[in-house]
Amino acid sequence: MIESTEVKIPISGIGIRHKARASIALIGNPNTGKSTLFNRLTGLRQTTANFPGVTVEKHEGTVELGNSALNLVDLPGIYSLDGTSVDERIAVDVILGRVPGTQRPSGLLVVIDATHIYQGLYMMEQLLELQLPTMVALTMIDAATANGIKIDIEGLQKALGGIPVYPVSSISGHGLDELKEGLEHVTEVETPAIPASWPELSETAQQLSQQLGSDWQRIDIIQALLQSHPGFEGKLSDQLGHETVDGLRSRLFGDDPPVAVEARRRYQWVKTVIEDVQVQAPLYEKLGARLVRWTNQPWPATLLFFAVLLLVFQAVFTWATPMMDLIDSAGSELGQWLVATLGTNAFSSFLADGVIAGVGSVIIFLPQILILFLFIIILEDTGYLARTSFLMDRVMRTVGLSGQSVIPMLSSFACAVPSIMATRVIPDRRDRIATILAAPFMTCSARLPIYALLIAAFVPNESVGWMNLQGLVLFALYLLGIIGGLGTALMLKSSALKGPKPHFMLALPEFRIPNLQTVAIKLFDRGRIFLKRAGTVIFVVAILVWTLAYFPRMEVEPTVSIEPGSTLQVQQGLQNARSAAQMEQSWLGRIGRTIEPVFKPLGWDWRVSSAVVAGFPAREVVVAVMGTIYAVGAEADDHSLSEKLRAAKWPDGRPIFTLPMVLGMLVFYAWCLQCAATLATIRRETNGWRWPIFAWVYMTSIGYSGAFIIYQVGSMF
Amino acid sequence: MTLADLAPGETAKLDKIDTRDPGVIRLMVLGMVEDITVRMENVAIGGDPLEIGFFGSSISLRKEQARHFKVSRINSSPSK
Repeated sequence: MIESTEVKIPISGIGIRHKARASIALIGNPNTGKSTLFNRLTGLRQTTANFPGVTVEKHEGTVELGNSALNLVDLPGIYSLDGTSVDERIAVDVILGRVPGTQRPSGLLVVIDATHIYQGLYMMEQLLELQLPTMVALTMIDAATANGIKIDIEGLQKALGGIPVYPVSSISGHGLDELKEGLEHVTEVETPAIPASWPELSETAQQLSQQLGSDWQRIDIIQALLQSHPGFEGKLSDQLGHETVDGLRSRLFGDDPPVAVEARRRYQWVKTVIEDVQVQAPLYEKLGARLVRWTNQPWPATLLFFAVLLLVFQAVFTWATPMMDLIDSAGSELGQWLVATLGTNAFSSFLADGVIAGVGSVIIFLPQILILFLFIIILEDTGYLARTSFLMDRVMRTVGLSGQSVIPMLSSFACAVPSIMATRVIPDRRDRIATILAAPFMTCSARLPIYALLIAAFVPNESVGWMNLQGLVLFALYLLGIIGGLGTALMLKSSALKGPKPHFMLALPEFRIPNLQTVAIKLFDRGRIFLKRAGTVIFVVAILVWTLAYFPRMEVEPTVSIEPGSTLQVQQGLQNARSAAQMEQSWLGRIGRTIEPVFKPLGWDWRVSSAVVAGFPAREVVVAVMGTIYAVGAEADDHSLSEKLRAAKWPDGRPIFTLPMVLGMLVFYAWCLQCAATLATIRRETNGWRWPIFAWVYMTSIGYSGAFIIYQVGSMF
Repeated sequence: MTLADLAPGETAKLDKIDTRDPGVIRLMVLGMVEDITVRMENVAIGGDPLEIGFFGSSISLRKEQARHFKVSRINSSPSK
């Protein structure tokens, strides 16, 4: 069941369709407008999958050229071939043809940002060592012009040994036609035999590769010499002997670390090229640029950060309401219509109470999720999210992490699954695992319904100063999640994951207006992933819960004779009482009473306990299960459900939902890991069951303990 | 003096880099190598981390790593 939650889209068949086409890898620094260019070139003819064995997303698309077409693979952004993060490793392994099941590209389209050719040319020089047909798309050309930067394209081509360079603007579309024309002949491009930046290294490696035979490409030898690839390093020493390799190293690098020497040598060359081909006109600062510069100052930036957070939460709660109401009523009407058409029987109940109520209870969050993701994507694409890492580094340091953990933790407010994937940019494995285990504590959108239900039912709608008490409780719950997450990180980083203090280095992108098409495609992707989940794991859970609650049927079906003239309320009351009796003797009821003792110390009766247990695979289903259990029929609209909750009593007449019990339950939900998809993602990202099992046991125990303490202490008064 | 000693707005030339810290090597891969001119763009609240600008890029790093970069200041008066 857990496997079915994987958010990957199968690509079977695509390989066959495009088999005859050349496969070109799109590679470049992060934030160079690479994805925008990819979308521009492929349009909507693209697929998303995962590279085998890892969760790094593989975006593939078809570029239609005049007489032909080619297959374009978008790769994660890299700065060099020596990268240490999972994302960078994958990008490098793909272009080097080291990923099983992914064919080596027959050419490269290198994206260089015209406003950042310094780092772009460095990576370019390393890529030229691959000896693959290569072509450059010089993006952001209009941003460069606006910044007073002029680039001599011909001079740049010459410096790169004749590699074609196409200036393009992905936003206005300038230069795209020329680039496409060039792409028709990409596989015929001749790369320079020896790239200009560090001929000694290239020549040494070239000679060795000829000497060692076809098993050794030049890049393999370079990586072995640079000690940037552990596999090749040992192999080269085996082939040539340690002494020879050490001799080569000391000739090339002296006593310094090889990668440092490489950076020194190649950037020295890049600097001279830039002096030759780039003219930077002195420019008076425009108002917009000055504003951005001002908001980058520490204090304005911090204020802006909290203002943005407030706006995001506000939007998620208020903007989504109309859409959510619409989905809610559409779902219940569809259910009623089904029952009316098919009659009251097991099949109509299965469709209405099982499938529609179950899956619908999750789909209702689609508007909230889309709004949240819209904000996160916009924040990401403007470069603002990277800025928050800079602002929050200091805070994260107190728990032993760095600013790089901020982005995953912030996106956890939407959903822990993509946020766990976002930890791939964190280079240190210990820091990454600590962040992965902290992320599920953040209040994700699936926790909202249960919070909303319990708060609306049990927290008075009063004003406290200028704040609303219900809003304050909700805010406190978000805070509780943050405390849980940061506390967990602190605990892990000072025990099991103790390690050297994390480095924090991050390229801060400048402010950019997001591209509408890119935002739309990303949003569409997220929505599709969410709906797919609703259609798989939640669908299965809904059917399971319905089956357990519906069977076995009561032996004697009490016939409810509807007398003419009886009001709707009377009819519904009778109906509800019958469902309650049915529920008590259903499998779910029996299971509930079996597990009741476990949760009794928290003040929960069998109904609450079984809803909670049903919510372990996906916490979204809890509200739907409670609705069914509390016998308000399938359409458990919150209002009547909260009344039922308030009225629920123990056999001896005491109310079940007391304040300590509700507070305890909220704490339980804030901390408990009730999400199979999160567990599956943790397993894939950490390559094993150890961390997901730890996360589940740990979070469930502290959720339970928190609820236990609050209920027991609270009940003394 | 080191990179960590620059005030916001000051520019300096990178003179000598201590390459023993692996974090420093990663900064070199991003282009912080000898003889380039850098500008201290911003200092976060609390004095750390720092934002360094060079060749149109901004890199954020901690003071700890910045101390490994020996620099010589280019203009002594911090520009506004």
